[in-house]
Amino acid sequence: MASDSTVEKGSGATSLKAGETIARLAGVGVILLGVVGAFLYLGGWLTPQELTARRFTTGFEQAYGEHSGFRRNHAKGVGVSGHFDSNGNGARISKAIVFQAGRVPLIGRFSLGGGDPYMADSPDAVRAFALEYNLADGEQWRTAMIDLPVFPFRTPQDFYENMMAGAPDPETGKPDPAKMSAWIAKHPEFLQAIGVIKSHQPPVGFEDAGYFGLNTFIATDASGKKTPVRWWLEPGQTASAGDTAAAATNGQDKNYLFDGLIADVHEHPLQWKLMLIVGQPGDATNDPTVVWPDSREEIDAGTVTIDTVVAEETSPARVINFDPLILPAGLGPSDDPFLSARSAVYSQSFTRRTGERVEPSAVTPGEVQK
Amino acid sequence: MKFLHWLTAALVLTMLCIGAGMLASIADYHRLVSVHRPLGIAILIVVAIRFVNRLANHSRLPAWPATVPPAERVVAGLSEKVLYTLLFLIPLVGWGMLSAAGYPIVMWGSFHLFPILPHDVVLYSFLRKTHAVLAYLLFFAFVAHFGAVLFHTVVLRDGLIKRMAGGKERA
Repeated sequence: MASDSTVEKGSGATSLKAGETIARLAGVGVILLGVVGAFLYLGGWLTPQELTARRFTTGFEQAYGEHSGFRRNHAKGVGVSGHFDSNGNGARISKAIVFQAGRVPLIGRFSLGGGDPYMADSPDAVRAFALEYNLADGEQWRTAMIDLPVFPFRTPQDFYENMMAGAPDPETGKPDPAKMSAWIAKHPEFLQAIGVIKSHQPPVGFEDAGYFGLNTFIATDASGKKTPVRWWLEPGQTASAGDTAAAATNGQDKNYLFDGLIADVHEHPLQWKLMLIVGQPGDATNDPTVVWPDSREEIDAGTVTIDTVVAEETSPARVINFDPLILPAGLGPSDDPFLSARSAVYSQSFTRRTGERVEPSAVTPGEVQK
Repeated sequence: MKFLHWLTAALVLTMLCIGAGMLASIADYHRLVSVHRPLGIAILIVVAIRFVNRLANHSRLPAWPATVPPAERVVAGLSEKVLYTLLFLIPLVGWGMLSAAGYPIVMWGSFHLFPILPHDVVLYSFLRKTHAVLAYLLFFAFVAHFGAVLFHTVVLRDGLIKRMAGGKERA
């Protein structure tokens, strides 16, 4: 203590020289600034170029426009419901109760890839099928699948950069093709995946498409053994005559894919087999551009039946966020970087759209009744 | 029961870091949110215990030292109420927002909580934003609290910190 200090207040506290007080105050200030700085850093405010869920979601809005109340991707859709009849075969690799034999109610949604809810249906639109399995113990399994057998993007950053490369230039209103070419040149895995996709017969409508989960998950069986797994839905019906005819009308009916789906469901339920692809050690789990060998065993875990179609405005599917990481015990994420990214971005999209005015969907209740 | 204060401090600091991290990182988002949910409920339980303890021991609180002037006592009392309120509200709003979203409120494995609100996504959107606003307020309250503690300990050096750290544990 300084020799000229005097005891003034409290037990043990001595008064400080003014300079020392200021120095100590400054020290307190520095510590507090450090605490605030650490928080700002952790929250990403100090690194504005990092791809966060917010920036990613805003990217969709820049690429596809702002559409109040709609999902930022897979904006155009229709609700469905039905059930899953599990045959018990999946229990071999996963203790999830969904794989025990029995029936599970389903709520689902068919949609097209892209953030424009009024886009015209077209033969090369990406068809998507999302499902919520409502399990007996209150758990849920939510999954969102598309009709591509392999994903053309290796990382979420690649997906984002590709989307922004194809986004309209704010000044011209059109995408700059040079940006896309430059991006493709840096990503040979993209063209490779496109090659695999093109080697498959494209579906005509929604009902004749296979839907692929694409990302790898980890199944845990009752004894704790873990198995990498990918799943897909194998269609139980070929394209209806009506759909094939509608596809040939070439743009007359902007909702021809959805109208075909609606007509089909009104005639008879649609079915898919849930196929679990069993991964082997060494199979890529963190790269959805890599296809697993054809020889991989596929377990037929049961049948998905869709028997009801409902317009989005009145469907429970509208108010569901099909987050692929809402999983029952017995299924968990792999190190595929898309899973956490999807969960984060879908959550952001869900938060934004549910706070917005709801606008009419392209496929109206009247259209669903026909 | 000073241990309860330090337990709360550790949990809340961890939570603030996790919350910030969830905003920033799409790669770590799932891992962080999986911890965020049960940790929030743990904080709710600890704060409930602390609140009951506080009410039960109301008459046995240490007296204000003479070094703390009346105006500061009012501010300190208010800030304590603000902290308790935020620490109750934030996890309840979190539980409520997941309920309103229609999400299963998973703690771990197959163990999940029951919803405390009906499935109403407009309500979800409002609560989700409220959760964030309250969390920022909590961070601000923490910085103020920490700043006051530092001021008393480093600048005034009036031994106030002994009420919470060190010294004999009161019965």
